[in-house]
Amino acid sequence: MQEEISTRAYSAKDKKALLGEDVEIEHYTAETEEHDALTTLSEISEEYGQDLRNVGIEPSEKDRSGSFLQRDHSVVFSAVRYPGLEIMSTTDAVKKYDWLKEYLWKAIPVDTDKYTAEVALCQTHGYFIKVEAGSKVAMPVQSCLFITSDKIRQNVHNIVIAEENSELHIITGCSVSHSVSSALHLGVSEFYVKKGAKITFTMVHNWGDGIEIRPRTAVVIEDDGVFVSNYILATPVKSLQMFPIIYCKGRNARTSSQSILYATGNANIDIGSRVVLQGSGSKAEIISRVIVTDNAKVIARGDIYGEARDAKGHIECRGLVLSNTSEIDSIPVLKATRRDLDLSHEAAVGKIAEEEIHYLMARGLSEDEATSVIIRGFLNVDITGLPDALAKETKKMFDMSLEKVM
Amino acid sequence: MLEIKDLAVEVDGNKIIERLNLCIERGEVHILFGPNGCGKTTLMMAILGIPAYKVKKGRIAFKGGDITDLPTNERVKLGMGMSFQHPPEIRGVKLGDMVNIALGRKEAEIDESVIELGKKLNISADFLNRDVNLGFSGGEVKRSEILQLLAQAPEFLMFDEPDSGIDVGNIELIGDLISKLLDRDERPSKRERAGLIITHSGFILEHIKPDRAHVMLNGRIACSGRPEEVVKHIMDDGFERCVERCVVEGVC
Repeated sequence: MQEEISTRAYSAKDKKALLGEDVEIEHYTAETEEHDALTTLSEISEEYGQDLRNVGIEPSEKDRSGSFLQRDHSVVFSAVRYPGLEIMSTTDAVKKYDWLKEYLWKAIPVDTDKYTAEVALCQTHGYFIKVEAGSKVAMPVQSCLFITSDKIRQNVHNIVIAEENSELHIITGCSVSHSVSSALHLGVSEFYVKKGAKITFTMVHNWGDGIEIRPRTAVVIEDDGVFVSNYILATPVKSLQMFPIIYCKGRNARTSSQSILYATGNANIDIGSRVVLQGSGSKAEIISRVIVTDNAKVIARGDIYGEARDAKGHIECRGLVLSNTSEIDSIPVLKATRRDLDLSHEAAVGKIAEEEIHYLMARGLSEDEATSVIIRGFLNVDITGLPDALAKETKKMFDMSLEKVM
Repeated sequence: MLEIKDLAVEVDGNKIIERLNLCIERGEVHILFGPNGCGKTTLMMAILGIPAYKVKKGRIAFKGGDITDLPTNERVKLGMGMSFQHPPEIRGVKLGDMVNIALGRKEAEIDESVIELGKKLNISADFLNRDVNLGFSGGEVKRSEILQLLAQAPEFLMFDEPDSGIDVGNIELIGDLISKLLDRDERPSKRERAGLIITHSGFILEHIKPDRAHVMLNGRIACSGRPEEVVKHIMDDGFERCVERCVVEGVC
């Protein structure tokens, strides 16, 4: 089994990805020093603590059901405070649970491209989170993948399993320390939402302008399962390409995703998701708000494939272009392979309407203030599908991320 | 309070207003009549300094100072406000946020004070949380505009068709509020505020009892007089004839 994975990974070692510019993996080092484990998360230095808070990770662990922190290649903290919940390094989990091989590389083929191959051949941990059947974990689990060493590559493999009728809320922060000028983050994430289960996944990316990122994510949702994703990127990045695939496999499986992107500098971003509606009555909604400025380039994708009876899908992409040297390509794709389903999309890309600025000026704002109000409003998506407290916290987290760039 | 001399205004390179003169004193309310496309809204936009409405000639003075080259927000600071006929939709900016902005509270929450103001216009807290003008009905737009003016409390107020599309249940309310905003419930000598209203209906006239009415035709004020007389002439003979009679009889 392991051998077969290795063989297939090896065969894909040089296989370029379908999307995104090619990254030279060898340019980044796989070797770095190991870091000491922490006994509590709050032990982390003040400097790093701020980096964590920036991506929604609470070093005090207040209002959290569990925490996971991986620094470079070391899992430095992992703790659970809720029965029925498990969190540990994926490497350890694979050793501990033989059954885990039923999940490993099942949602994402290991030979997808050279990045998945690299993670399989040279894995540096990643998180394993599992919640047992019927257990509804009210407070979120926080997990953080943190890079503090220059020029490294971080190759994580995350597995998240929500057993039948369970509920799990995850806040994931990916962050990089100021001292890091360049690094590569490869993250394979496989989510399994079993019958009647619900996972909400809120991810904040906080990279730097020398960081390249190639996440590879897939989600499998069974009957009546729900997967909700909220994503924000508001800080600089060199190059980011991700295209999670969500399989609404079961009857009435539902998913919704909301992404907010504020792309600055020379960022090159190719982002979006594909939902495959395979279960009858399954539903998908993909919402994105993209702002580009400076020389940033964003390709915003959204694909919905309808393959089952009474499936329903909607894509909404809105983009604002703030400079003449930036670019948004909005590419929505709807594919229907039968007649009894309903797919739709709306996309609008443009500049800020002067009429809106003048209207706000007529209420007393200066032109700059008016512009900032409009941008904030544009990025102001309602956080849905999360428990109230978490929705509020997420909203705050998003506002904070935007505050820093505006 | 407002003095316009020999004004010429262009929109997208088209001359809309030419040789327009208008004087509104403190305490006065003037009504602007005229057929569609004659330049009524353009005049208000130019008074407010909206950049698409380019002043090519003439001066606008407000409270004794020349404001012709001031940006809109500076004019607002001096005490001007307007209720728009077709305000733009702004996604993610709630009506309550607009009220806070009009109140001069830039980053405030939609709190009790905003909700209290909303009640004066039969606007619910839920409605305050809707994106401004997005999917608003005609009447809702009007109420939302007047709510924002109520928060702004300017000294000189312009209303571009404040009563069109308002349902019967709210028309009295709107009339009363406009009256109050324009100090019409004060004795004439006590009235501090002034206004300019574009309307096609008789309701506002009855309710506000304006001081003067003007008929705009082809970008100019063609005729001015006592509101009831001007209205009578328009009703009897239409705008063009009204202007002719106006010149002959010397109402202006």
